[in-house]
Amino acid sequence: MVAVTLWGSLAAVAGGKNQVDIEAKDIRELFRKLAEQYPAFEPFIDRGIAVAIDGTIYRDTWSKKLPEGAEIFLLPRLAGG
Amino acid sequence: MNFDPRLTNRSFTSVGTRPIRPDGIDKVTGRARYGADFNMAGQLVGRVLRSPHAHAVIRGIDTAKAEALPGVKAVITAADLPDLTNGDGALYDILDNCIARKKALYDGHAVAAVAAIDARTARQALKLIEVDYEVLPHVTDVDEAFQHGAPLINEAIFTEGLEEKPVKPSNVHKRTQYGHGDIHKGFSEADFVIERSFRTEQTHQGYIEPHACVASVSSDGMAELWVCTQGPFVYRQHCAQLLGMEASKLRVTSSEIGGGFGGKTHVWAEPVALALSRKAGRPVKLVMTRDEVFRASGPTSATSIDIKIGARKDGTITAAEATLRYSCGPYAGMWAEVGAMTAFACYRLDNVRTVGFEVLVNRPKTAAYRAPSAPMAAFAVESTIDELAGKVGMDAVDFRIKNAAQEGTRASYGPVYGPIGIGPTLEAVKNHPHMQAPLKKNQGRGMACGFWFNFGGQTCVDLNIGMDGSVSLAVGTVDVGGSRASLSLVAAEELGIDYAQVKAIVADTSSLGYNDMTDGSRGTFSSSMATISAARNAIKVLRERAAQMWDIPADDVVWEKGHALAKGEKYGNLSPLSLKEIAAQSGTTGGPIAGHSELVADGAGVSFATHICDIEVDPETGATRVLRYTVVQDAGKAVHPTYVEGQYQGGAAQGIGWALNEEYIYGKDGRLQNAGFLDYRIPVCSDLPMIDTQILEIPNPNHPYGIRGVGETSIVPPLAAIANAVSNAVGVRMTHIPMSPPRILAALEASTSAQKSESIFGKHDA
Repeated sequence: MVAVTLWGSLAAVAGGKNQVDIEAKDIRELFRKLAEQYPAFEPFIDRGIAVAIDGTIYRDTWSKKLPEGAEIFLLPRLAGG
Repeated sequence: MNFDPRLTNRSFTSVGTRPIRPDGIDKVTGRARYGADFNMAGQLVGRVLRSPHAHAVIRGIDTAKAEALPGVKAVITAADLPDLTNGDGALYDILDNCIARKKALYDGHAVAAVAAIDARTARQALKLIEVDYEVLPHVTDVDEAFQHGAPLINEAIFTEGLEEKPVKPSNVHKRTQYGHGDIHKGFSEADFVIERSFRTEQTHQGYIEPHACVASVSSDGMAELWVCTQGPFVYRQHCAQLLGMEASKLRVTSSEIGGGFGGKTHVWAEPVALALSRKAGRPVKLVMTRDEVFRASGPTSATSIDIKIGARKDGTITAAEATLRYSCGPYAGMWAEVGAMTAFACYRLDNVRTVGFEVLVNRPKTAAYRAPSAPMAAFAVESTIDELAGKVGMDAVDFRIKNAAQEGTRASYGPVYGPIGIGPTLEAVKNHPHMQAPLKKNQGRGMACGFWFNFGGQTCVDLNIGMDGSVSLAVGTVDVGGSRASLSLVAAEELGIDYAQVKAIVADTSSLGYNDMTDGSRGTFSSSMATISAARNAIKVLRERAAQMWDIPADDVVWEKGHALAKGEKYGNLSPLSLKEIAAQSGTTGGPIAGHSELVADGAGVSFATHICDIEVDPETGATRVLRYTVVQDAGKAVHPTYVEGQYQGGAAQGIGWALNEEYIYGKDGRLQNAGFLDYRIPVCSDLPMIDTQILEIPNPNHPYGIRGVGETSIVPPLAAIANAVSNAVGVRMTHIPMSPPRILAALEASTSAQKSESIFGKHDA
């Protein structure tokens, strides 16, 4: 079980909760379960969500493991120049 | 991905050296091929008709006279690019921006286009197109657009991110919020609180090469596009979707790039050129003029930002708050949100809140500009930080060191930081001789910090070894700042061969797997990871081929310093085989030798920089001159230090122009008044001092060599560093970028008037 912190817009979709507990071993499973529990997440996932694991931001490595006790923070996927 | 990207301790032979750039001679002799240098037999000239109105309904477009003009081969309007976006709002905005559908939304918005046998005929044809406009009220100012009652740009925009959905549409597309703690409690604990409002005007990336492409659509549905871009694969995807093509039928080849800085991550003219070619049945070349680049490509946001920061007497910041309004052009964006995320990222704050508002205006669609949105937020925050340090009575650098984020700090945008480099850049600045150099009358010194995220992304590399032992490296990230040299160095390092043996090229979209764009400072970070992986795969093949040549098991062969070695005493009489020797025999040991890699490069790691600026201000004219400038930034590992220094200097130079002179100026009619380099003046060499650089190397733990991206962070601190320098030189806090001479004079006069009032009426009555 990992505690996942959501950024503002995503928290609104989760009924105002800014943290949810999810049983997930990696980012792919995290997104799948989030979409199951909160169907309104799906457009956000389609648009792109970045996952900060202990401060390091991952955008596309959905196979990245979510270590027990790690800080998991969801952020919008950003554009660079 | 079977590649371990973690940092390994190693010494370097090639990486960290400064070989001559491989594209240098072609570029200085004019041989290098940029976007406008491609030509095809039978090619037509494309030209675009643009709206002269900032906001107008398009009631109708009559193209009959233009189509009847001899030499005109195609005329298109939005009807020739039907909406195939299938509910994808972001893609629809790209389509509408490429060619207006129901309304023209800014001065310069494309409404029609022609393809003709020559430029003269094309220009004549544009004049024959009759557009029936119903001119609407417009708004180009971010603060005015934010107000209730402002002319409404899009009736379908209802502000997102509010607790309750608004009942009326507005120009505010979205509200976002970041932060933690309790700012009210934090401010109540402060001994000093500074509140300031800031503005920055809209600027353009100012790339020297205008957008240019040649599009060729064949009657069998296959198409080619030669184009100046930061992302050929993304251009292929967007163009194919907008034209209703299969992406596999469109081959995109990128040219050399005369600057992009985020401005060449979006399509504008390319889908139009393809649609013209499809209709005309001939290739079409479309090159934007400088006027068009300013009016109708993607500048950065204009902003209006409120900052409030409180601190105790001991210099500890107790609370920080920012409200950021960023213009997006006439379409939805997330520019203020990025500003809200980056604003306080340099600091360790228990109580922080940032709120961003995305504001629609009748200006061109905002695009990324080098660390997009961060420089404006840094300007506002770092100016206030400087002023607060003065109130507290601390040195500006010491105040920042005391409050700097560090490992374990919760970033203002959410997560807890791992190891980060803000502290070392501040310490380096504190100890830099620049900080101790004397200043004369009318001169001031300023410093400021900056933050950017940095990204990785999908990346693919082919490494082919020729029979002569040469190594050809095909990469899919466009070389915007020297990546062909740096990636060749990385390949040479990993293979253990000389840099001169390696030649890197940028492959087209049909020759290599998908690559994300060169954005987010990812070019060298991502493609070097893939290059290392590809080289290691090639080494595996080289070992197997050497084993064949020796007739021994491959497991008994190791690779060291560019040679295969047979390990073990039983092979004592076998001389090492060089890469060249193995390559020469490849025809009889299994054919060509290659290494490939496809991976997602993630874990780019956040980036920090601190800059110092000395400036002289003429108090009579408000004219400024930058006397000395120093950039200190963490590169993780500088692969080609000269290019890294060039990135640092380039960011500073762009920032100097942005801070002191550059701005979009709109008339009351909503038209851009200065769409050219004569009236929108970017710095030239004679405006700048030699920009000093100091590269820090704090290895990125998520890259085998410790590499970090370096392209963007260098533009984040300059606005603030220069504003602090000017403010210190004139004794007046500067709150409006650019600090052009009239604006400096106005600030000085306002300050003098206020002082006179104080002396006459007393401070409280003034």
